[in-house]
Amino acid sequence: MSKIMNMAVDVRHLRLDLQGWPILRNISFAVRAGEYFTIVGPNGAGKTSLLRCINRILSDWHGTININSVSIAAFSQRELARLVAYVPQAGGRHNPFTVRETILMARYPHLTPFVSVSYRDLRFVEDALALTGTGSLADRAMHTLSGGERQKVLLAAALAQNAKVLLLDEPTTFLDPRHRDVFRRVLRTINREKGLTVIEVTHDLNCAALDSHRILALRNGEVAFCGVPNQFMDEDVLTGIYDRAFLFTEHPVTGQLMILPEGGES
Amino acid sequence: MKVMILAITILLTLAVLVASPFLGMTSISAGTVLSAPDDNPDSQIFWQLRVPRVMLGFLAGAAMSLAGMVFQAMFRNPLATPYTLGVSSGAALGATLSIRLGFSFAFLGVTGTTLAAFAGALLAIITVYGLTRKRPGASTATMLLAGVAVNFTFSSLILLVHYTSDMASSFNILRWLMGRLDTVGPDEPLQLLPLLIFGGLAALTLHRELNLMSVGDELAVSRGVDVSRYRKVLFISTSVMVGGVVAICGPIGFVGMMAPHICRLLVGPDHRWLGPMSLLFGGTFLVACDTLSRMVTAPAELPVGVITALLGGPFFLWLLTGRRGSSVDAGM
Repeated sequence: MSKIMNMAVDVRHLRLDLQGWPILRNISFAVRAGEYFTIVGPNGAGKTSLLRCINRILSDWHGTININSVSIAAFSQRELARLVAYVPQAGGRHNPFTVRETILMARYPHLTPFVSVSYRDLRFVEDALALTGTGSLADRAMHTLSGGERQKVLLAAALAQNAKVLLLDEPTTFLDPRHRDVFRRVLRTINREKGLTVIEVTHDLNCAALDSHRILALRNGEVAFCGVPNQFMDEDVLTGIYDRAFLFTEHPVTGQLMILPEGGES
Repeated sequence: MKVMILAITILLTLAVLVASPFLGMTSISAGTVLSAPDDNPDSQIFWQLRVPRVMLGFLAGAAMSLAGMVFQAMFRNPLATPYTLGVSSGAALGATLSIRLGFSFAFLGVTGTTLAAFAGALLAIITVYGLTRKRPGASTATMLLAGVAVNFTFSSLILLVHYTSDMASSFNILRWLMGRLDTVGPDEPLQLLPLLIFGGLAALTLHRELNLMSVGDELAVSRGVDVSRYRKVLFISTSVMVGGVVAICGPIGFVGMMAPHICRLLVGPDHRWLGPMSLLFGGTFLVACDTLSRMVTAPAELPVGVITALLGGPFFLWLLTGRRGSSVDAGM
């Protein structure tokens, strides 16, 4: 019983069609509270759609999705937003608001229509700015930022939303190596120290192996693999997902198996 | 800064509202209005014609401006207004038909033409909304295109009705299509007031939802906004408000597209400020244009639609070419 109770997100037999096309088929998995859970898979495998089902951006799916053992169909959108926050694939190119305003807007699910923003809400905004290192950007308009800066602000906004589950869609795509590692450190901190459940979609298999407790791989809308990084970093498993051979080496510090890019013709 | 701009706008609004009734074909002095007995013609013109007209102008301008603001935010498109989505052509078709068929009845003090225009506006609203409801997850582009299609269809029907009319109806139709604010007493502004309150309350109280929707529907949903529900509420409340304006004043939609953009340049994209600002600025702008329309060609009167478009068009182009132009795009 207790094992069921601490499942933060529990997806059962999820099926999704978009305009007649099958996108997701019979997806079942469960994410424990406080787990760092990564979703990988080839382009078009349905990773983003899966995230969008969990926060009900997409709502006409079949199956069950439970959060803390309660079906998400039972929540209002506002209640759901207090439980699940979302960092979308780089967006905000047309967002005219400043960074601080954008983050404050993420307090929406905690506000009621006729109550104005409180000191507590502003506290969350400042904490999120500090944690993500975006304080120096606070008064800039979103559309003047670079793609990488916008992704950090979107993370800050999701943190200010103060939900226990964080969904991230390729959050490090536009970050340079230094900022990517800063971003990963922030994610590890909130996961390890603040106990947030992290569900991240990424193409960076090495980072996924280093940071995650477990990895889910999708292929053609179905679950191709679900397990710990050591099982994932395996010739047969990866070839089965991506239809190609991989070269492996050991990480010099952690000993984790890592993938090497192909070398030139020689 | 924003407080200052809003304060200045409030003062400007009060100044225009107080000064406008005194100005026109003949200027009326304050002494006449306050001291003269009721049978004084100037006093009658002031209280029976000009004051209601200023009220009507303010309500109409405020309503169109707020509606434009809401639609620009919901569709994240600078050209989206209920006006461009076919509401006004629906209303115009209703009014045109009523004038052509010579409806002369009135219901509770509302003329047949107004009722027909209102019915036309509602028909357009239901058509556009129904078209986009058929396809769940219809994009904003789909909705805009549906509006444009409805607009074209109704416009050609108006031409057809117009073409088959006799001279007298034809003149009346054309005059109505140019937009008008001349009124004969307080009935018309009083008909409009509840509609403005209805639509305005939605536009002003849902400022947080509008902010999030103006950034993106998906982000808004993930932040907890029930987008499909609020879109419905806003779409219907503002469209009904605009339907009322167009039914009474004819198509004077340019205010609705332009005023929110100008306000966005002045106070930024936050709808908490943009809402009151659009309401005041839109209303004041239309009253000012109408005052001008009474004065420039006195003793004749220009249709107010001519003035708003003539003033607003070039001003808007100037805004777009300046360095601030980029923020109009970004606002979308």
